[in-house]
Amino acid sequence: MIYLDHSATTKPSAEVMHTFIQANERYYANPASLHEMGVSVNNLLNRSREQVAGLIHTTPEHVIFTSGGSESNNFLIKGLARANTHRGKHIVVSSIEHASVLETARALEHEGFTVDYVNVDRHGVVDLEDLKAKLTKDTVVVSIMHVNNEMGAIQPIAQIAQIVRDNSRAFYHVDAVQSFGKLPIQFNDDLGPDAISISGHKINGLKGTGIAALRKRTTIEPIIHGGGQEMGLRSGTVAVPQDVALAKAARIAIENQRERAVKYAAWRNDIHAFLEPMEDVHVLSSNDGAPHIVSCSIRGLKGEVIVNAMQRAGVIVSTSSACHSKDNQISHVVQAIGVPDDFARGVIRMSFGEGLTDADIETFKQAFAQVVKQVRGEIKTHEMA
Amino acid sequence: MKWHEILVRYGEITTKGRNRNQFINRLRDNIKATFKDLDDMKIRLERDRMYIRSSSDEEMEQLIQRLPDVFGIQSFSPVAECPTDLDAMKALGKEIVSTLDYAGKSFKVNVKRSFKRFPLETYELNRELASYVLTELPGMTVEMKNPDIELRVEVREEATYMMVDIIPGAAGLPVGSNGKALLLLSGGIDSPVAAYLMMKRGVTVEAIHFFSPPFTSDQSLGKVKELCQIISKFGGKVKLHVIPFTEIQQTIQQAVPKNVTMTTTRRLMMKISDIVRSETKCKALVTGENLGQVASQTLDSLAAINAVTNTPILRPLITYDKLEIIDIAQKIGTYETSIVPFEDCCTVFTPANPKTKPRVEKMEYYESFTDFDEMIAKAVRNREIHTFPKKEVVSDFDDLL
Repeated sequence: MIYLDHSATTKPSAEVMHTFIQANERYYANPASLHEMGVSVNNLLNRSREQVAGLIHTTPEHVIFTSGGSESNNFLIKGLARANTHRGKHIVVSSIEHASVLETARALEHEGFTVDYVNVDRHGVVDLEDLKAKLTKDTVVVSIMHVNNEMGAIQPIAQIAQIVRDNSRAFYHVDAVQSFGKLPIQFNDDLGPDAISISGHKINGLKGTGIAALRKRTTIEPIIHGGGQEMGLRSGTVAVPQDVALAKAARIAIENQRERAVKYAAWRNDIHAFLEPMEDVHVLSSNDGAPHIVSCSIRGLKGEVIVNAMQRAGVIVSTSSACHSKDNQISHVVQAIGVPDDFARGVIRMSFGEGLTDADIETFKQAFAQVVKQVRGEIKTHEMA
Repeated sequence: MKWHEILVRYGEITTKGRNRNQFINRLRDNIKATFKDLDDMKIRLERDRMYIRSSSDEEMEQLIQRLPDVFGIQSFSPVAECPTDLDAMKALGKEIVSTLDYAGKSFKVNVKRSFKRFPLETYELNRELASYVLTELPGMTVEMKNPDIELRVEVREEATYMMVDIIPGAAGLPVGSNGKALLLLSGGIDSPVAAYLMMKRGVTVEAIHFFSPPFTSDQSLGKVKELCQIISKFGGKVKLHVIPFTEIQQTIQQAVPKNVTMTTTRRLMMKISDIVRSETKCKALVTGENLGQVASQTLDSLAAINAVTNTPILRPLITYDKLEIIDIAQKIGTYETSIVPFEDCCTVFTPANPKTKPRVEKMEYYESFTDFDEMIAKAVRNREIHTFPKKEVVSDFDDLL
C-alpha cells in the first residue's frame, strides 16, 4: 500500500519509538517526586521543554505539553478568551479553520462571546480586508490557521499578525498542526503570532501528544485544574515519555524541514501538472500552497467512492478531512472556497510524508488515471489490475 | 566578521615588578586550561600584551565569548587582518566599524605605519581611511580627543591589522598567583560568591562540604558539585572535599544544650576544615559569612566559632548586603543552582531559638564532656575528593532527545 494520508496521521519514526520505550523503561518516575528518580525525570522533562522552546524560539516556561492539536487549540483559545474578558468578548476566526477551532469558538458563544468568521478567496486564502473590517476594539482572540488541512492553502500569518496588532488588542493564535515541520513557524520576531498549536502525530510522533506554546508571559486560564503541573496550566501527572518523544519528533521534523519541503513541492507540482489537463477533474490545491497537500475532485462522484477505488489500486488517499470523512456532508472548507456543485462531494486529499518515493508518486498517477477511466465507464471494473 | 587574533591587555599585573613574568605565565596557563576544548588556540606573550589566535572562526567566537570570565585581563580586542593595500584597508576599515553601533558616535582613525615603504604617509593614510569610512557609514562625527570609536590600524609589510572594539575583561589577578585557600561550601547563595571574589584576587580555591546522609540528600550534594563546576570556569581546578558529617552532627545533638548546637556544629566544621586545610597546604580558610544575616553570623557567634583556630579566616562577604550578593551570584551563574531547595546540613538541625551571643568559655565547657577528636579524625580520613571542572558527562538524555 502506498500511504498518501500523512495529513490525517503519520507512522511514528523508529527514533521516536526508541525514545518512547527507553523513557518508559528508565524514566518512569513522577517528575514531581522529591527522590532522585523523580529529580532525574524532571531534568529530562526540562531538557525536552528547552529543546522544543529552542525550535520555536520561545522560552521554556511558555511551552506546555498537551494531548494534541485539538487540546492545544481548545486550551489556547478558551484560556486566552476567558482570562482576558476585560479586553472584550469578541472572537474572530477564519471560515476554514479545523473543527477544534470552530467548535471551540461556538462553545464560547454560550459563555457570552460573539464570533465573526473571516471569508476566504477561492484559493482558500483569507481576505485581509475582511479581517480588518471584522476586528473591533472588543476582539480578544483571533485564530487563523497556518496551513489548511483539507486543501493546503497557506495563510499569510505575518501579515495577519500585523493587521491584528494594528487594529485590535487581540491575541493572535495560529493552529500550526499542518505546517509544523513543513514550513517555518516561530516566535522570534515581532511578526510572529502570540500562541501556536502543534501536534505530535502529524510529524512522525505519537498520537496523544501536542504542544501549546506562547510567545511571552500572557494571562491565560488553565485547561485542567489540579496539582499545578505544566506551570499550573495543565494539571495531572506529566506524561514525560510522551513529551520526550515529542521533543525528539519535533527536532527531527525541523532539522529536515527544508529538504522535505523541496521534495514534496516537486511531487505536488508534478501531480498538479498531471491532474489539471484531465477532463472532469477539478484541482483545489495550488502550487502556492503547502508542499505536502494535494486536493482534487472528480465530477459527480462522492469522495468515498474514489477512496475505495484508489484503495483497490493499492493507494491510500482520503476524503478532504479525516475528521468528517464518515458523515458524508460537504465540508465547510469546500463550501467556503466555492467549489462548483457537481464537484463538491467528490473532494479527495493526497498528503505526503516520510518514506514516500518518486516511484510511489508515479504509481499514484497511474492508479488515478485508471480510476478516472473506470468511473467514466471507459474500462470495466473486472478489467482493473 | 572574520577575526585574525585577539589582543589581550594585562590587568593589575603590569604594576608588579620582578614577579611580572610569573604573573604573565600564570595567566597564560589559566587561559590554556580554560580553553582546553579549543584545538587550534595559540598564545604569544609580549611584555605588555598577549596575542591569542586560532585559525577556526568558531574557536575565535568561543574566545571572545569566554575571555571576559578570566581574571587578570584588563581588556581585550579582536583584531582583523588584510593585505597591505589601500583598497583592502578601506574595505576592512568599513567592515570592522560597521560591526558597532556607530550612528551618532564620534570617530577617529589611528594609523601606525611600521612598514615605512608604504606609499602613503601616516597622516595621508589616516585621512584616506577616515574619509572613506565616514562617507560609507554616515552619522559619525570626527573627534581627535577621546573618540567613542577609535579604529586602530597597524601597517606592516606582510599584512595590515585593525581593531576597534575594546571589550572589558574580568580584571583582578590570575587565579593561582596569590596562593591557595580552603572554602567552606554549603550550597547556598553566599559561599560560591565568596569563592568567586577570592579567585578574583588570584587565590586558588579548594572547597570543603559537610555531608550528612540521610538527613541531606544526594541531590543536595549534586548541587554542591554543580556549583564547583560553575566556579571552576573562573580559572583553574577546584578540588572538593566531602566530609561525612552525620555521626558528628548526631552526637552534637546529644552533647550540648539545644540552643548552642548550631555554634558547636560550626566550631567543629571549622576544626575539621583546619585539618584539611593544613593537609592540602592551603594558607587560609574562606567562608561566605555575612554579618548579621543569621544567628550564627553575629559578631559574638563569629568570635565563638573563630576561637577554634589561629588560621586566618577570610570572609569576603562580611559587609555585603544580601541583594549585592544575589546580584553577583546571578552574574556568575551560581544563583539558579544555589536556590534549588534541598535540605543542607545547616538547615536540618537548626534549633528553634539558637543563641545569638554564645560565649567561648561556655562553649568549651559544654563540648568538654564529649571526645570529638576521634570522630573528627575519622571524618577527615574518610572524606571523598572530587576535582572540577569535570568533563561534561555525555548525558543519557542526549540519546533520547
